[in-house]
Amino acid sequence: MMNCKNATRLLSDKKERSLSAKEKTSLSIHTMMCSACRNFGKQMDSLSVFSQSYIKNKSQ
Amino acid sequence: MKSDHTDSSNKLNAKTEDVSGMFDDSAYLTELRIMMLKFAKSQLADEALAEDAVQEALIGALKNADKFERRSALKTWVFAILKNKIADILRKGQKYVQTSSLLEDDNDESLDHLFNHHGRWNKNEMPINWGSPHESVKQDHFWRTFEACLEHLPDNQARVFMMREFIELEANQICENLVITTNNLHVILYRARLQLRECLENNWFLKKECTGAGTL
Repeated sequence: MMNCKNATRLLSDKKERSLSAKEKTSLSIHTMMCSACRNFGKQMDSLSVFSQSYIKNKSQ
Repeated sequence: MKSDHTDSSNKLNAKTEDVSGMFDDSAYLTELRIMMLKFAKSQLADEALAEDAVQEALIGALKNADKFERRSALKTWVFAILKNKIADILRKGQKYVQTSSLLEDDNDESLDHLFNHHGRWNKNEMPINWGSPHESVKQDHFWRTFEACLEHLPDNQARVFMMREFIELEANQICENLVITTNNLHVILYRARLQLRECLENNWFLKKECTGAGTL
């Protein structure tokens, strides 16, 4: 069974590489049951949005 | 090579002095320059290269200074230019020298408090729903927290995180630059993200909830 520590690592890695079929399955089973890790996954994307907004020129 | 840097740096310094009169608030400009230099130095091994990149970005932005009504707009514009300059330099193969220190803080201790011994989230550390990120970015106060949280990251993690998420370098470019493996890179990014999100959650998203300042 995948735990939250492993799941969060995969949720970060997902932004860097394509996960294997096995990783994808374990991760989706875990996040189905774990709202904290679901939130964590969304937060990973939010961090990218924040980083790009921080650097981007919004004035043009 | 070295003398070229110095020459161009001197030239750029001279130019900056010419246009500095365009700014009413030299204290703000100084502060902005320090921030930019810090960012550039965190990305580039060569201090002269970092200085050059900052000077060029500032000059580029100062040429259009009249277009900026708000300081935050000037700041984002300047950083956008700086980001491109740094990306160019890094793509040309500038190697970062202090690679040995990169993995020094390579331990899990700082993250121990997040998970219990089964690897599950500790109860008071469980990530909450942040809502739409596009709401947060509209708020000036949010950016202060964001900057403070970035500052709070270990230097190495901040550098790698910014290379990846700010400058959007490809993984292989970062690995080549820092002479680290892909796995090293993924571990560093994971730790940076874990800590950055924790800091943002504790200092922004949870506080917003408690004070009822959130709009949702």
